[in-house]
Amino acid sequence: MSIKKNDVVVLPCSGIGKAYGTLARETAYELVERVRPGLAKLTCLPLLVINDPQAKQLVMNNPVITIDGCPKGCAHKSVESVGAQVAKAYQAIDFYKAHKELKPDGITELNDAGRRLAAVAAEELSQVVDALAAGEEG
Amino acid sequence: MAIELMKVGIISCSGEELPGGTVSRIACRKVLDDLRATETVTICLPLFIAGDQGQREFASNYPTITVDGCDKYCAKKSTELLSGTPKKYILVPEILKRHGLEAPIHRRDLNEKEKAAADVVAEEIARAVDEVLNE
Repeated sequence: MSIKKNDVVVLPCSGIGKAYGTLARETAYELVERVRPGLAKLTCLPLLVINDPQAKQLVMNNPVITIDGCPKGCAHKSVESVGAQVAKAYQAIDFYKAHKELKPDGITELNDAGRRLAAVAAEELSQVVDALAAGEEG
Repeated sequence: MAIELMKVGIISCSGEELPGGTVSRIACRKVLDDLRATETVTICLPLFIAGDQGQREFASNYPTITVDGCDKYCAKKSTELLSGTPKKYILVPEILKRHGLEAPIHRRDLNEKEKAAADVVAEEIARAVDEVLNE
């Protein structure tokens, strides 16, 4: 018997002004494209701001991980604004606090250290994705 | 006496899922950092939901240009809905089509052709900024 797994939605903030917003986005891409392709899903955060029905359905029907680039918590609050729940919420700066040798810099493009930090953070989050997909956390 | 210069607000959709969102974000940053650095300001779009009243008044405080990466028009619609009517709105695919440029296919790291396309979009945004300032 195969066990049905949930998709896990990973939503970074849409930050355009800070390196930690870029780090949040890069971490999400690492999860979705390299670490857990096919299991972790991405959607555009601004779709939730305009209450897009498909994006809303995606976050209502699947566990959601948010990664915010600043304390304003746009990703977290945007999910809640459509009536959905956030299973796990992260602040990108905490990835740096845990790996101080990797200082992210750059807004349009992250520096090498930032990219390595995103890869490390995505590996660490993979266990959370697996648990949420199996319905074990949330 | 200090003279306060009017600034134009730029709001990018920055959509993470689509290459057009990445082109929008990179083009907007080029305008903000380079092409019209002293004439423009920005705000992260989801702050209209997560921010305070001051942030929701962005489009009332600045004549605003929205830049969208796809025809869902998230930047334009959310600005209209939560902040104020933008002065101009720009759609990335329309600009690329007008210039005979291919649609981007990479959402994470744009290749050289796609970066050049983002430069074209940035030039168009800068022109729109000038038009708003000259109105």
